[in-house]
Amino acid sequence: MTPSTAETVLFWVLAPIMVLAASGLLFARKAVHAALCVITVMISLAFLYVAQEAPFLGVVQVVVYTGAVMMLFLFVLMLVGVDASDSLVETLKGQRWVGWLAALGLGVVLVGVVGRATYPDAVGLAEANAPGNPTGVARIIFGQHVFGLEVVGALLVTAALGALVLTHRQRLKPLVKQPERAAARVAAGARLTPLPAPGVYARHNAMDVPALDPDGNPIDESVPRVLRIRGQEAGTAEYRADTYRRAVTAVLAERGTAVTDGEVDAALGTVEDDPRPAAAPPGTTTGPTADIDLGGGSTRTETER
Amino acid sequence: MTATLAAVLPTALPAAAADGGAADFSQDVFWVWLLKAVGILVFLLLSVLIAIWFERRVVGRMQLRPGPNVHGPFGLFQSLADAMKLLLKEDVTVKAADKLVYLVAPFIAVFCSLLTMAVIPFGPEVSIFGVVTPLQLTDFPVAVLYILACASVGVYGIVLGGWSSNSTYPLLGAVRSTAQVISYELAMGLSLVSVFILAGSMSTSEIVASQTTVWWLIPLAPAFVIYVISMVGETNRLPFDLPEAEGELVGGYTTEYSSMKFAWFFLAEYINMLNVSAVATTLFFGGWRAPWPLSWIGDGVLNTGWWPLLWFVAKVWLFMFLFVWIRGTLLRFRYDQFMKFGWKVLIPSALVWLVCVAVVQGVRQFGGADVMAMLPWLGGAILVIVALSFLIPEKKAAAPAAPSDEPFDAFAGGFPVPPLPGQSLPPSPRARLRAAAADAAPASPALVGGPATDQGADGDAPESPTQEVPRG
Repeated sequence: MTPSTAETVLFWVLAPIMVLAASGLLFARKAVHAALCVITVMISLAFLYVAQEAPFLGVVQVVVYTGAVMMLFLFVLMLVGVDASDSLVETLKGQRWVGWLAALGLGVVLVGVVGRATYPDAVGLAEANAPGNPTGVARIIFGQHVFGLEVVGALLVTAALGALVLTHRQRLKPLVKQPERAAARVAAGARLTPLPAPGVYARHNAMDVPALDPDGNPIDESVPRVLRIRGQEAGTAEYRADTYRRAVTAVLAERGTAVTDGEVDAALGTVEDDPRPAAAPPGTTTGPTADIDLGGGSTRTETER
Repeated sequence: MTATLAAVLPTALPAAAADGGAADFSQDVFWVWLLKAVGILVFLLLSVLIAIWFERRVVGRMQLRPGPNVHGPFGLFQSLADAMKLLLKEDVTVKAADKLVYLVAPFIAVFCSLLTMAVIPFGPEVSIFGVVTPLQLTDFPVAVLYILACASVGVYGIVLGGWSSNSTYPLLGAVRSTAQVISYELAMGLSLVSVFILAGSMSTSEIVASQTTVWWLIPLAPAFVIYVISMVGETNRLPFDLPEAEGELVGGYTTEYSSMKFAWFFLAEYINMLNVSAVATTLFFGGWRAPWPLSWIGDGVLNTGWWPLLWFVAKVWLFMFLFVWIRGTLLRFRYDQFMKFGWKVLIPSALVWLVCVAVVQGVRQFGGADVMAMLPWLGGAILVIVALSFLIPEKKAAAPAAPSDEPFDAFAGGFPVPPLPGQSLPPSPRARLRAAAADAAPASPALVGGPATDQGADGDAPESPTQEVPRG
């Protein structure tokens, strides 16, 4: 039976891709790229299966191998990486010999079975797929090969249990969960709410300016700790909307006096901000300890200190 | 690109096209495939534009605000404006990124999401320019498995996007997403298997054909519930949107993506919502079949021609509304709760349900029993199970705390606590003062506060309710 034109075209499109991807597996420098190459080969293979009228096999290949097995593989590659070296110390004495014996036994069985098996004539696709492709596959798996399937299933379950047992660790300390953590935080008298966000000013809203509390005092904790330790905290007066200063300037200008910055400052009183604190040695928190004088023009309510 | 590939696919698969379940594709020619593929693409892209607007409007209504209402009638062009904004934004490629994978990841996500609709039946046979053809691009005996396969390959987009950004939050988002999709795909697959068992096929058109008398929603209600839960988990939507949890992971796997590359991910998420809604419609809601009272009109005339397209789209949007409703109602799960729910609740219950369905179907098929004849037995079995469940000793409720006679310690355990049953609050300092004042001067009204001996620290605090302290 000669393949149809479409099938030939599909083959010649997929074959070079698969060969390239397969050699990519050998030559890729990064493990994730190699894994991607394997995925490409698997999906192309699935296309070929479907083209050869084995849609069930093709789709299951993608669902099981590409979707689950390869995904887990990639998962481990990303999380652990390939640098993690295995310990080569043998903990089970004599396992090598048992392994060789088992391998030899398996080889003998395989050679014996394959050598003695008789192959019936091929029945052809039409007859094999007569009850529908999935139904045909199901008849073979759950009819002729049901015992083999059950044995392989038992083996897989054993392997999964083995993985569970090998990776199991005894819990040495009691599990600390959310309620315990919350109780500990309350008992310690620590802050219960999230830290306040940094301030937003007319001319600046980066993380280095503190927010103001209802009294108009800067909240030190609203600036990230790292910036405070580095001494990169900015003052607040530097960035506040300077409406009052502008108003004073306008009033002075209206009176017909030539206005200089010095005069405005004199009219306002001092508005100088605290200078930026110098970088502190790591491990200490710095930042304005006293209230920053926002000048008389701030709209905050006066409070007793 | 997708359209052409989807169109070429049937040509490459003559067997699959010929073996199309209940749908007959034998009349199809090249331009019909092309037309259907382009039609699906246009339907998906338009639906995404509408879905974004729809979601924002409905969530807005649920939160008592109007939602987008500026651009176009009812704000309909808002999504267009958003799309234009994304197109014109600066396209940042992270310096430390793995360039190739970083570029390819969004395409994988979108490409795989576009594939699913190829096997969804939009309607029965119609005549397109003289060619009688089913309103479905293609169908084959393992169509529903194909949908699962596309979904599982689509996750690679998310995983690779998160990894290639070479940044912490995207990687964490990608890892979460992988674990999430793998765990919820199991429950989803198991719930779909019960439909396969009853319908006797995995081809979408045959599953729709098998729901002529009753939608699978009714006999398979538990499987439907499991499917709905896992479809929300599969599409990374609230309350299961842990891969992109803003409070924890900034933007999850999309953190380092901007402009059009971000838009691809966004598009894929919404197309996936449409996909899982369409699958739920096809497998549980009778596909394109008219809902019950309408199906009686004119001897089923509403189930022929182009009418079913309307029912199909209406049912899909019903599920889209469900998505939005859930988003507007539920809070995000914590990650460990989410995993526990998937592995310890959803998968076991899906397995139990699957065994029940398999047993009933086995008795029907091999024992030759009729469903109606089996109903009393089934009812009896359920009654016995319910009766047995009463024999299980109830978990002892924690004994009510005995009224404690210990003196009340307001700071037991180090932080302020209310009194336990049996304990009583000590009188407040203010009440004590009032009592003392009443004792000291029983005859005259206490205009001046009591003795300022024990509350001296609070200089300006009112020491008694009757004393007025002028406040500045």
